[in-house]
Amino acid sequence: MTRIPFDLQLLNLCAALLLLLSFAMLAQRRIVVMVNLLAMQGVLLFAATLLLAWRTGEHHLYLSAALTLALKVIFLPWILHRLIRRLQVYWDTEPLLNISGTMLVGLVVVVFAFGLAQPIAALASTATRSSIGIALAVVLLSFITMITRRKAMSQVIGFLSMENGLFFGAMSATYGMPMIVEFGVALDVLVAVLVLGIFFFQIREQFDSLDLHHFESLKEDP
Amino acid sequence: MLTQALELVVALTAAPLFLGWINQCRAWLQNRTAPSVWLPYRGIRKLFFKDAVIAQNASALFRLAPYIVFGTMVVAAAIIPSMGTRLPLTTAADAIALVGLLATARVFMALAAMDVGTAFGSLGARREMMVGFLAEPALLMVIFVASMISSTTALPAITEHLATQNLALFPSLAFTAIAFTMVLLAENARIPIDNPATHLELTMIHEATLLEYSARHLALMEWASALKLFNYACIGFAMFVPWGVSTGTDGPASLLASIPLLAVKLAVAGAALAIIETVSAKLRVFRAPEFLAVAFLLAVLGLLVHLLLGA
Amino acid sequence: MKVLAISPLSICLTVLALWCFIGLAGLLRPRSLKFVGRTLFPLGALCGIALAVIAAVSLAGAPETAILPIGLPDLPVHLRSDALSRFFLFLLGATSSGISIFAAGYFRRGEGTLPGLLCLQYHLFLASMGFVLLADDAYAFMVAWETMALSSYFLVTAQHGIAEIRRAGFLYLLIAHVGAISILLAFGVMQGGSWQFTFDAMRGAQLAPQAATVAFLLALFGFGAKAGLVPLHVWLPEAHPAAPSPVSALMSGVMLKTAVYAMLRVSFDLLGHAQWWWGLVPLGLGLFSAFYGVVFAAVQTDMKRLLAYSSIENLGIIFTGLGLAIVFHGVGMPSLEALALIALLYHTLNHAFIKSLLFLGTGAVLHSTGERNLGRLGGLIHRMPWVAWLTLIGALAMAGLPPLNGFVSEWLLLQAFLFAHEVPRSFVNMLLPMGAALIAMAAALAAYVMVKFFGVIFLGQPREAGLAHAKDAGILQRIGLGWLALGCIALGLLPTYVLRALRIVCTQLSGAALPNANAPWWLLVPLPGRQASYSALVLFLAVATVVLLTMLSVRLLYHRRVRRSAPWDCGFGRLDARMQDSAEGFGQPIRHIFQAFFGVERELPSPFDRKPHYRVVVADLIWRAVYAPLEPLVQSVANAFAWLQQGRIAAYLLYSFVTLVVLLGLVL
Repeated sequence: MTRIPFDLQLLNLCAALLLLLSFAMLAQRRIVVMVNLLAMQGVLLFAATLLLAWRTGEHHLYLSAALTLALKVIFLPWILHRLIRRLQVYWDTEPLLNISGTMLVGLVVVVFAFGLAQPIAALASTATRSSIGIALAVVLLSFITMITRRKAMSQVIGFLSMENGLFFGAMSATYGMPMIVEFGVALDVLVAVLVLGIFFFQIREQFDSLDLHHFESLKEDP
Repeated sequence: MLTQALELVVALTAAPLFLGWINQCRAWLQNRTAPSVWLPYRGIRKLFFKDAVIAQNASALFRLAPYIVFGTMVVAAAIIPSMGTRLPLTTAADAIALVGLLATARVFMALAAMDVGTAFGSLGARREMMVGFLAEPALLMVIFVASMISSTTALPAITEHLATQNLALFPSLAFTAIAFTMVLLAENARIPIDNPATHLELTMIHEATLLEYSARHLALMEWASALKLFNYACIGFAMFVPWGVSTGTDGPASLLASIPLLAVKLAVAGAALAIIETVSAKLRVFRAPEFLAVAFLLAVLGLLVHLLLGA
Repeated sequence: MKVLAISPLSICLTVLALWCFIGLAGLLRPRSLKFVGRTLFPLGALCGIALAVIAAVSLAGAPETAILPIGLPDLPVHLRSDALSRFFLFLLGATSSGISIFAAGYFRRGEGTLPGLLCLQYHLFLASMGFVLLADDAYAFMVAWETMALSSYFLVTAQHGIAEIRRAGFLYLLIAHVGAISILLAFGVMQGGSWQFTFDAMRGAQLAPQAATVAFLLALFGFGAKAGLVPLHVWLPEAHPAAPSPVSALMSGVMLKTAVYAMLRVSFDLLGHAQWWWGLVPLGLGLFSAFYGVVFAAVQTDMKRLLAYSSIENLGIIFTGLGLAIVFHGVGMPSLEALALIALLYHTLNHAFIKSLLFLGTGAVLHSTGERNLGRLGGLIHRMPWVAWLTLIGALAMAGLPPLNGFVSEWLLLQAFLFAHEVPRSFVNMLLPMGAALIAMAAALAAYVMVKFFGVIFLGQPREAGLAHAKDAGILQRIGLGWLALGCIALGLLPTYVLRALRIVCTQLSGAALPNANAPWWLLVPLPGRQASYSALVLFLAVATVVLLTMLSVRLLYHRRVRRSAPWDCGFGRLDARMQDSAEGFGQPIRHIFQAFFGVERELPSPFDRKPHYRVVVADLIWRAVYAPLEPLVQSVANAFAWLQQGRIAAYLLYSFVTLVVLLGLVL
């Protein structure tokens, strides 16, 4: 095995831990813990961006790291925690599949993502190209998290986790996105969370619960 | 050869002490006074002097099983590189054969439990085999990942390879370390799968298979259980904390030096086990497959991460 | 035409002919149990041993061919004996001799078919299997295949008075013929336009890749039906319990292996250039069958159905090895291909011995107690010690425990999977190591199933009062069981000799060879560069030494006093034999965990029932999903053709006339 430099090993470790956190989120039933996992993902992204910035010397990555820290580790989890407390939604105990089934689907998805990523990794030119598979896997796993949940809150957390995965993918493939794009995406996410928060209150007013299967009663009877 | 004999002696003598140390750590955490660390020894010795009371319809299999279980555990202790990697017996049995030996012990324990024909025995046998059938593939996958990194299934070779690597972070090994800890907890009847100190028959998994045994048979079974925990801890060290093991090129001094190092590793592992046991609650019996499924999944994830990242 | 000189092939043919004669001799005195049982069956066993010896001795020799002056006018019967055939002939001879000796003491008066007829069908079955292994052209192969199916059908329905047994036999025959049609079609594709149906012609035919793929899939379908691959496995759990135990042992132990032989012959010999992705089909089907079989075995309550599902599992493992070998062959990794082939051949041999031993054990139990239902057995280790201890060897071997033979083949297969990630294809190199995970899980579940099997039948307390009159097996049955148990132990402790033979088979079959390892006779080293080695003998001696030393030291240092008393009853006071785990109870965790696989119907008693009633039926979901919809379809197609049966003679004469006109037009 060729000797991989230490910072690249740390990056690999960050990638692997990110995957582990996505899996843990898939299996979680407590929404508070899911938000904490999201915050931990943010920490990992912050660490990975810092490492990459130090390795490549690109200054805009330092800015990106600071933005990640502010938004993903501090601000967004704070908003989500506040929402949870006001909406009093702490548990999401009825997923679509039972936990073992969900984990099995997650595993299949990871294999699929890794399989796709192998030829792509050969084409990319960055040092972290092997993490593209992990980024893709995180995106798909977050998608599955969104699909298998019933409470709107967990779906939002899945959506944010997907954005984390995309961010990591962008970083490992092309050393980050242009700053304008990054600012734009960050603003979008922030606005989305605020708007969704307002929506949740409306949903709760209408249905007296945040359980999304109530939406099914909205369809017209033929 | 010397390494082999030394490892055997240390395993046989230190295994009950390891149990006593874990109980001591648990007592510290729970703010109570522990019994002496030497209590397991006294217990085993006391049992040897007693008369064996055997159920009326127990067959020869019941009386033979403790010896077979003990024998397989002793041989397993001889093929795990806890102190050195120059173990001639490991050419006869690699890591997969080690898992097979542990399976043999489990099957014989289950058969002996069914031999008496009471409800408790068959309950214990059924649950023990249930835990086993999920834990064994997880353990095999953990060994697989280590084997793929070292291109061999011989445990001493794996240890040497991992010990002589430049200090590298293996994310796949990180995953499998977590999986291995979960398998260790399940197979050795620790919380959160089974409570080793329980007296309620309906919650027993491992203890129920020992319910009918007494005297020297029980002594051998208890010793074998302590040996099993010791063996699992040493397998974990061999794969995840391999430094300090006397490898093939070192002299006899390194062998002597590895003994205190092993003691330190065991002390830390015992404390960690005690912490895990104190923090967790015992799972319902049918949550145990979920627990082990997570362990299996982590091991497979470690395998996939290794295949993708090459680490 | 070759002259039949004294050669190993001619000796094999003589043995097969002897079997036919022994079978016919049974017709001389069909009702005499003594003649059939004491004379003919032991003679058949001796022939089996002779066959095994000659096959083993001549294994390393060059392939031999012979042409018999029988058969079609321009297609006489071609026979060919090469290393693969000889290996399977050894399997046939060695296993069948043990089963024949057991059968000599097994068949009793008044059970359906007359003993003489049974003798005829049995030995015809053996002879036809031998011919399948030696056939070198499609016609001889199909004749032998069909004879095998028919003779086994008659054997399965030996107790044809019982409707359930007739139904099981019909299902068996139906699926056997569906498979046979597929095999015929496969041969049809493989002859590649030359219309020569000898295997030599097929070897030389240059098929287009799509045609070769079609032939491979047809052959897999046909031979998979015989081998019991899911979803064509539905006949196995019906036919094996219906048949008498020696017949079940022969079917499970040997007949299923002829399908493996044929598949190997087609994949590596007849279809010369196997494409790598073909291997994924038997791999996937095999893994699914292995898992499916063992999960169902865990919830059975009939001991022979349990063993039948266990056979499905093991055949699944064998086909997984086959798929792996084809993948390695296609991507050009010869040493790993050789390892996979050797692992699957070893497992075939192991399974033949183990499964025959287990089925014969159940036969002895069935004879003694008259019970097949696991819920009515128990505690038989006291009344039938010989059967119990010999069956224990079989159960431990099936559970894959060292140092017996089940472990060796599992070890070899896992080694092959371990290096499968080196395959240079992107998805496959990740999926293959996960296949190892499934194999490991199937093996662990097999241990569960065997603990259930042995524990519920032989250990514990007797669940029925009538079991107190059970008698141990007779001397002939003991010899049969002992022979097979000895085989299991020998295959487990001395794997290097088996490996030597298998290397020759492998090299002749596909050209792939294991690198030569200079290892002593007691150490198994398949791949020298990989530092993996195993020695069953040393391991066994180590464990035995420790056990003996412990026993001695305990005796010398302490004492051996024993007191008998009642078992621990938790103060309850009224524990009886019915409170042990029943078969359903032991399988309940598996049923709970794998609920999705089963179609479970449960009737639970309510607290208000005056006569509480508990019923649980575990049905095969594949039956419902695949076969139940097929039945109305087949019925409607048959109805559509029913108009052909006019019932008027004029119409039938018209059919003959039209056929004659068409044929004349074609030929002239």
